[in-house]
Amino acid sequence: MKRLTLDGLEALFAALRGQGFELIGPQLRDAALVLGPLEHAAELPVGWTDTAQDGGRYRLARRPDRAHFGYVVGPQSWKRYLFPPEEVLFRARRSGEGFALDPAEPPPRRAFIGVRACDLAAIQVQDRIFVHDPGYQARRAAAFIVAVNCTEAGGTCFCVSQDTGPQARGGFDLALTELCTDARHAFVAEAGSAAGAALLDALPGEAADAADLAAARDAIAHAAAHMGRRLDNAGLAEALRARLEHPHWQQVAERCLSCGNCTMVCPTCFCANVEDRASLDGDSAERVRSWDSCFNLEHSYIVGGNVRSSGAARYRQWLTHKLAHWHDQFGVSGCTGCGRCITWCPVGIDITAEAAALRAG
Amino acid sequence: MNTRSARNAQAPRRPRLAVWKFASCDGCQLSLLDCEDELLAVAEAVELAYFPEATSTVLPGPYDISLVEGSITTPHDRERIQQVRRQSKRLVTIGACATSGGIQALRNGRDVTEFARIVYARPEYIDTLATSTPIAAHVRVDHELRGCPIDKGQLLATLAALLHGRRPPLPSHSVCEACKRAGHVCVMVAHGTPCLGPVTQTGCGALCPGCARGCYGCFGPKETPNTAALSAHLAALGMDDAARRRLYQTFNAGAEAFRKAGDA
Ligand code: SF4
Ligand code: SF4
Ligand code: SF4
Repeated sequence: MKRLTLDGLEALFAALRGQGFELIGPQLRDAALVLGPLEHAAELPVGWTDTAQDGGRYRLARRPDRAHFGYVVGPQSWKRYLFPPEEVLFRARRSGEGFALDPAEPPPRRAFIGVRACDLAAIQVQDRIFVHDPGYQARRAAAFIVAVNCTEAGGTCFCVSQDTGPQARGGFDLALTELCTDARHAFVAEAGSAAGAALLDALPGEAADAADLAAARDAIAHAAAHMGRRLDNAGLAEALRARLEHPHWQQVAERCLSCGNCTMVCPTCFCANVEDRASLDGDSAERVRSWDSCFNLEHSYIVGGNVRSSGAARYRQWLTHKLAHWHDQFGVSGCTGCGRCITWCPVGIDITAEAAALRAG
Repeated sequence: MNTRSARNAQAPRRPRLAVWKFASCDGCQLSLLDCEDELLAVAEAVELAYFPEATSTVLPGPYDISLVEGSITTPHDRERIQQVRRQSKRLVTIGACATSGGIQALRNGRDVTEFARIVYARPEYIDTLATSTPIAAHVRVDHELRGCPIDKGQLLATLAALLHGRRPPLPSHSVCEACKRAGHVCVMVAHGTPCLGPVTQTGCGALCPGCARGCYGCFGPKETPNTAALSAHLAALGMDDAARRRLYQTFNAGAEAFRKAGDA
């Protein structure tokens, strides 16, 4: 463990750039914290916070300090970069009597800056889903992950319930805990891989002392104690399976817009649509995969019609997949407790509240 | 000889495309002319058999693909659309006028004779129907391109799909999904700006939210639109009934879901 100063953080950014990584991290755009390319630590949303999130509501606020990671998660997750919203799976051109495939491009080498514990867990969930997907695996192998431990929690966060955070527990190259008080501004850095350890060795900074480690522990404990939401997982999968005909599904459907926002923002949702496109002259074609949603009618269209035509059936599919069937399919919950589906649902439908209401009824 | 001319030599003729206009502003037809980079490819792929905006050539039907712009507002057009349908293998309506009756459908249910009297110096010259109705209210429509105006990417993708015997890629889900795929920040959640995206059909690429504006619903209602839930939320954001009616009842005032949501 090492203690980095602000200069040390900048040195980390420079070292990653020097190794040929494109840095992707949180930044301020259109009154939200989104992900995008950046080069310097000063481009982070310094002094901003987004912790006042609620169902269907997101507003930024200024912090009293100059914390560089003093916020939680925005509308976007790292899914954008590992499982992009739209991806050309292959391109083909007519040649002679047959066709030739364009060679696949090498994956971009990206360093993800500020990956929170819930999103590390989400990446691990998607690693299992896309285990046979060469494009995903290549992008994943090329990524360098700089995690950040949360020292505050957001209004819709419940990683503690999902046992995924607020502290990063593996799956990163480096993990930082920001200590931002009147007395000091430092980052306690821990390596989680050989590549991370080598990089950390080369950065300027002292070994973290007992006081640093205690301060980091306390800060993370503060986040853990202030979760905005909670979800009781004990027996939840069984309870949901036993309530497939519960009237509450219809009550949610009356509020649900079937807009699909929840599935788009969820860092574990993986449904996609595959479409073939050809040029007008028919000389070239491409196969494109794009994010799909279980809230779309076409998603459950099979010969003879749609099997989930009611809004209630679609919401039930989503919630029971996340919290019950995902366990059977992948051995983990489909929910990491990031809270995005709650915040970014335009009408504030809350997975924790709906699950609790179903269980109680 | 390259492969393309070899194929053209074998092909007896290119599919014939016709573009028809009913009550409309021409904006959607212009989307075809606006396909600058692709216009040559279009002209190579099809024979422009009837397209008065672009060429004085008039080739006789039948036509392989007819693009129909505009709504039905006169007795004459009511007859003419039947002829167009009879001559067309595939009929694709383009734009809000053709697919829902357009902004001129605001007159539906109101006194058109009175409107004509106020607007025109010689109202007796006006021969118009009491309603503006979509093409599908009169003839069978094979595919619908929504929007005011249509999206030229959707138009080209539809032409390409029809030429290659595929179903055109015209999803009917929400604008929100396109908004999220594009990485826009939700204006409703982050800014409190009213937005019709959750009940509007995708296809525009979430243009307005991409400019930090709420969606105006120009692509009309999506599949299973829950306008009641959205209206309740718009009221919670502070929108009164009159403003809500104006929001829903614009380009697609004649689309049932939006008409009802505005009147509710
Ligand atoms: S739960 Fe919310 S975000 Fe999800 S489809 Fe329904 S209204 Fe949209
Ligand atoms: S279901 Fe909701 S809270 Fe859970 S991981 Fe997905 S977006 Fe986050
Ligand atoms: S800005 Fe509008 S279209 Fe985009 S996600 Fe929000 S409600 Fe949907």
